[in-house]
Amino acid sequence: MAEATLRTPPLDRARVLQWLQTYGVYAGVALLLVVNIVITPHFMSAENFRTQAVQVAPVIIVALGMALVIGTEGVDLSVGAVMALAASVTALYLGYGLLPALLVVALFAAGVGLANGALVAFIGVQPIVATLALMVGGRGLALVLLPQLEDLRNPALASLGSGGVAGIPYLILIAAALALLVAFVVRRTTFGRQLLAIGDSRPAAQLAGLPVRRVLIIVYVACALLAAVAGVLATARLQASDPTSLGNLMELSAITAVVVGGTPLTGGRVNIAGTVAGAVLIQLLTATLIKHDLPPSWTQIAQAIVIVCAVYAARGRGKR
Amino acid sequence: MAPPAEVLAVRGLSKTFPGVRALDDVDLTLHPGEVHALIGENGAGKSTLIKLLTGVYRPDAGDITFQGRKVSFATPLEAQKAGISTIYQEVNLIPLLSVARNLFLGREPRNRFGMLDVTRMNREAEEVLGTYGVRVDVRQPLRTLGVGAQQMVALARAVATDARIVVMDEPTSSLEPREVETLFSVIRRLRDAGIAVVYVSHRLDELYAMCSTVTVLRDGRRVHHGPLADLDRLALVSTMLGRDLGDVREEGATKFSGDHQAADTRPVLQAEGLTVPHKLHDVSLSIRPGEVVGLGGLLGSGRTETAKAVSGALARSSGRITVAGVPLRGGSTPAAIRAGISLLPEDRKSEGIVPGLSVRENIALAALPRLSRFGLVSEARVDSIVDTFVERLRIKASSPHQKVGELSGGNQQKVLLARWLAMNPKVLLLDEPTRGIDVGAKAEVQKLVDELAADGLGVLLISSDLEELIEGSDRVVVLKDGAVVGELTGDDVTEDKLMRTIAGGGDPAHDAAKEAATDG
Repeated sequence: MAEATLRTPPLDRARVLQWLQTYGVYAGVALLLVVNIVITPHFMSAENFRTQAVQVAPVIIVALGMALVIGTEGVDLSVGAVMALAASVTALYLGYGLLPALLVVALFAAGVGLANGALVAFIGVQPIVATLALMVGGRGLALVLLPQLEDLRNPALASLGSGGVAGIPYLILIAAALALLVAFVVRRTTFGRQLLAIGDSRPAAQLAGLPVRRVLIIVYVACALLAAVAGVLATARLQASDPTSLGNLMELSAITAVVVGGTPLTGGRVNIAGTVAGAVLIQLLTATLIKHDLPPSWTQIAQAIVIVCAVYAARGRGKR
Repeated sequence: MAPPAEVLAVRGLSKTFPGVRALDDVDLTLHPGEVHALIGENGAGKSTLIKLLTGVYRPDAGDITFQGRKVSFATPLEAQKAGISTIYQEVNLIPLLSVARNLFLGREPRNRFGMLDVTRMNREAEEVLGTYGVRVDVRQPLRTLGVGAQQMVALARAVATDARIVVMDEPTSSLEPREVETLFSVIRRLRDAGIAVVYVSHRLDELYAMCSTVTVLRDGRRVHHGPLADLDRLALVSTMLGRDLGDVREEGATKFSGDHQAADTRPVLQAEGLTVPHKLHDVSLSIRPGEVVGLGGLLGSGRTETAKAVSGALARSSGRITVAGVPLRGGSTPAAIRAGISLLPEDRKSEGIVPGLSVRENIALAALPRLSRFGLVSEARVDSIVDTFVERLRIKASSPHQKVGELSGGNQQKVLLARWLAMNPKVLLLDEPTRGIDVGAKAEVQKLVDELAADGLGVLLISSDLEELIEGSDRVVVLKDGAVVGELTGDDVTEDKLMRTIAGGGDPAHDAAKEAATDG
């Protein structure tokens, strides 16, 4: 009898952790939905859902790129700075039309991504250090280009920010399309599999003849481009370019979404569906607390608890 | 003298992992001063048993009585404190701390102010390590020591912590012969001090030299136990494999068939004047299709470096490589692989497998671009390659989707072989292909090497197992200190000649061979 009690708990705990790791984030989202339906007035309105989705869309887009980088056992701290840079550059070049402005934004973002990737892949700087440099430098450049907030009056940009198809805002459609695209790339392409192999064991990937440097550079460029998309969309929604505060702490929100979504920081695995759900979970949590008039500090504490839970569940996985 | 009371008694130990009965009702008894051989193929349950004894895993059933008391260790640290020390295959110390600090970690000598007494610690460390034949500056970081010396530090540490039982998991796999001798003298000392030793090894010589008793595991069950002297080698091997004595005897010690038809054609691989600063000096060798060329030499003689320089994994400062008559341009790994050179690296765990990916993904890894169209992976083509090789190499996995990290060493090695065979290579560089894998898988890998050579591949074989090197190779190129010191061909391919060449003394043939090797 004593034996039975001794040997069941570890097995059960392992199973619970495994389940939490895989489905915990979805369960969390479901739980918050149910709680809100019960306690929050007007929660079940289309308007509310639209607001929540529009708010979370940029986070999701940034988190997609972050998930790829984390899959290679890296991290990209410069995503917030890239958003700011995208905002500045959009403001500067919007005079030539939306499309040319977007092209220039893409060039700048690709430049940041190349710099990150080259530092990591060729020079061998640790990702956290390399991207920290670009995080500081990128925002600096954004502020040099556009020192303060500037209102933007461009109908095309305005419609990108607030328009939609059949009642669904462009922001949500773009975020959804990008999520599907990234998930497809991870699951079905040569690039995706090489990325995972590099993240799991770099020396083995190298000896297997994989183009390690090329993959790393593409990953950092993709991450920067996704951050730039988020930056442009956020700017379009604001109808103003705000390089001082746009994207502040976005790197942490994105990392949180990725980790809560079950992608381990140790690389070799990327969970896109989980990442999206992770972003949604944090968004719902924040919204719930705000709607019930709790101060922002409570939101941060709640986020911290969610992160700790996610890390705990992830730890259980690596053990066996 | 009455037999001393048992120090450890294990009864009916069982452990199940999802889908696998890893250990099934196993007993084990240890007496003080007993050196006990624990053997079995990979996957037989040796590691599981050790991990249950040392608190890494908890048993599903059965109990462990240690020094007369029932115990249940929650962590390895608890087991160690109680007196069960383990030395793992891989050294698990702290590379950046000094040798002395590592030795005394957690029980550092203090002076009367409670501060770390560095002088005393260093002095005592020197004394202790001296008895293990390790004479180094104990203030240097541990990582500056060779692997063998590190292993000795680990051993000294394990023994010094008042152990009653010392478990050694393949302790000699990274040691040189001289270090093995030191290890043996340490084991004898432990034995005389009344400490029980559990000795896990695939090397039969060592078992018969050191062990008095044996437990043989097969498929998670204990299939034999008793004095080792009661079993001769063939009986031991057949018990371990669960095969008939006759079979084993007929097949000989290794699975190599001997000579290959090395047709007198142009070499498939020709390396000339390979030089890597501080590692290789002007190494030349050539391999013809269908030939197995052995690379002999001691640890650190440049064997691994030669293989890595040929495969592009190690940048060379000079030297030319030609594959099937075509000069290899560029020194990168991808270029070498495209040219048809495949390297099975020595360090399977950290440089070979991608542990978190499945068997399927690991096999397809190098061939991905060939199995894709416009960057999209064709699952059907991957499946067909994977099915082919899983069957041909008899890879044992619960499914192609099982993680490679969960497989036994032998099966991991087969997965790596499959990865390269999927590339249709012209040259296979095998660096210690059978190290740390069980007898059965070893025989299969050796047989496979034979078959591949028969199919016309050029094979470069590196092995610290002399028997394997001699029986497997048609020719042996001998390295010493990063340079070629001789070549054995034909009837000269014997252990005796090889050792003489390595020792580099008194054999006139060796000088002639050296001339020939450097000229060619």
